[in-house]
Amino acid sequence: MYAILGDNGAGKTTLLRALAGLTKPTRGSISVSGSVDIRSVCPYFGYMAHPSLLYDEMNGTENLRYFARLYGIRNEQRCAEVIRLVGLDPQLARPVGQYSQGMRQRMSLARALIHDPKILFLDEPFSNVDASSTHEMVKLLVNMRDSGKTIVVVTHQAQLLEGAADEFVWMREGQIVSRTAAIPSPDRRESERQ
Amino acid sequence: MKRAFPILGVVTAGLLSYALYEALIGAPTEQTMGNVQRIFYYHVASAWAAFLLFFINFGASVAYLIRRNPIADAIAVTTAEVGVVFCTVVLVTGPLWARPVWGIWWTWDVRLTSTLVLWLIYVSYLMLRRFSSSGQTPLLAAVLAVFGALDVPLVYFSIWFFRTQHPQPVIGGGGSIDPRMMHVLLLNWAAFLCFAFLVCWSRYRLERLQKDVEEAQALESMFQRGSTR
Amino acid sequence: MSLLAAITGAALAKDLRLEWRSKDAINAMLFFALLVVVIFSFSFNPTAEESRQIAGGLIWVAFLFAAVVALNQTWARELRNQVLDAYRVSPAPASALFLSKALGNFIFVSVLEALMAPLFIIFYSLRALGPAWQLIPIGALGTWAIVVNGTFFAAMSLRTRSREIMLPLLLFPISIPALLATVNATSLILTGEASAKVWIALLVAYDVVFTTGCLLLFETVLHAE
Repeated sequence: MYAILGDNGAGKTTLLRALAGLTKPTRGSISVSGSVDIRSVCPYFGYMAHPSLLYDEMNGTENLRYFARLYGIRNEQRCAEVIRLVGLDPQLARPVGQYSQGMRQRMSLARALIHDPKILFLDEPFSNVDASSTHEMVKLLVNMRDSGKTIVVVTHQAQLLEGAADEFVWMREGQIVSRTAAIPSPDRRESERQ
Repeated sequence: MKRAFPILGVVTAGLLSYALYEALIGAPTEQTMGNVQRIFYYHVASAWAAFLLFFINFGASVAYLIRRNPIADAIAVTTAEVGVVFCTVVLVTGPLWARPVWGIWWTWDVRLTSTLVLWLIYVSYLMLRRFSSSGQTPLLAAVLAVFGALDVPLVYFSIWFFRTQHPQPVIGGGGSIDPRMMHVLLLNWAAFLCFAFLVCWSRYRLERLQKDVEEAQALESMFQRGSTR
Repeated sequence: MSLLAAITGAALAKDLRLEWRSKDAINAMLFFALLVVVIFSFSFNPTAEESRQIAGGLIWVAFLFAAVVALNQTWARELRNQVLDAYRVSPAPASALFLSKALGNFIFVSVLEALMAPLFIIFYSLRALGPAWQLIPIGALGTWAIVVNGTFFAAMSLRTRSREIMLPLLLFPISIPALLATVNATSLILTGEASAKVWIALLVAYDVVFTTGCLLLFETVLHAE
């Protein structure tokens, strides 16, 4: 699990979107899973961002059933399983537009997981989410990392992934400035800024 | 390269003046329409210039779609803009010619109407370029140019067939042209093409410079953020 | 190939279901269609004989304007919450998404036309002197011509300022041959003057050319960033 950290405008989201194939680099190239053609490996990606990427007018199960079809998955059970995995109720008939932020982020994560991706790209998954939901999500991410998935998380709240992420990647002004195995102590961080 | 520009400028000015003289005075007077017919040299020469420029635009757009080369895009925007100018000349000189000769401002003449539709398509092209965010402008514009090119034969055929159902006067005279007139027409066309080339060249340089400035600004703002800390 | 059909079907079904659920959009559009017919009828008030000559043009202009209003909201649901990103990241072929939207628009606009046409017939006392059954293929081909390019340009307009005005700006010039063909074909059927076959052939050519173009180029437009 990689945590990409940095202040606003550092380029974290751009990097993540470029990895997921949503935006193209103006210079240089990207290769994921050994392939430069990102479209060919995109079936292995799961992507989540601050907007929910869900249809507000449908309930959770309907949304997941629909997005599963995009991956050729017709298994209804799978949808219910994934919803339960993120801690939500598959029977909930409420449209997603009426969810709380925490529920919405969790449903969005479920959408990203529906096709059992090998690589997860998560852009600020914890922003505006309540503490207990955040805690649950981090636990879930750790489990998935342990079962062999690669997870790339962009966040500006480094402490949430303390002890969970394998590597912290720090960015500033569009460049990666350091990669550490743990969050450095506050004094070291200050001296790095200067 | 830079020295060639003023030289070409002088040559073009000379050519245009000579062509103007020939068109207004040198060429023989047409027997039925009189001196009004002289507008023909501007009308047709502009049309040929516009069509050539739009054809280059189509080529540049396809090249951009295949290779995403910014030079192709610069050529595309250049030829589109200059092409629209010449196209406007065609559309203005058409009615100006028709009114004294046939008594009407507009007739659904095949060539004139097709030119109108072409003008509309390329003006919409320029609007798209202006209204889209700068990152995607080249790509969207190139796609629109391809659609326009696909449309052109359909436009021409539909208007041609429409006219067979609703016959109307033809502007511009079909049939044979006096060889002396043809000579003047070609001269004007050559002068217009030189002029178009000059303008396109300037515009192209402007476009490339603009892109370079934008890139430099983007890089600079990236490094400036460091110095404010 | 069957994946394309499956995804197109699923997307179309989802759109139809959601449209049905929130009926405000449909109701507003239907009322708008009615208003357009009434305004036209007040503005152009010819005798029964003259009306056969110009009705073809009137009806299709009215259809065109109603269609633009419908087309402008094609991608509205996908823009909210950036759902388009979910499509782009998935392996689903872009053409499936395009087809589903185009078909959805086709159905929607056809419903509008089905409401407007009888009203025109009533207000203008129209009666077809030519083979009236041909109006059905003409209607379908003409509607598809507007809808296929309209859906495509609506997607292009997503990346521009003044989205709503951009769509007709791009659509109208390119649609001129189709409009000419549809109007003339309709007029010929109404007046019974001559055969509409050439115009119908032109419409078929137009539809084939642009459907192919849209399907091939939609991927490029969707992923433009």
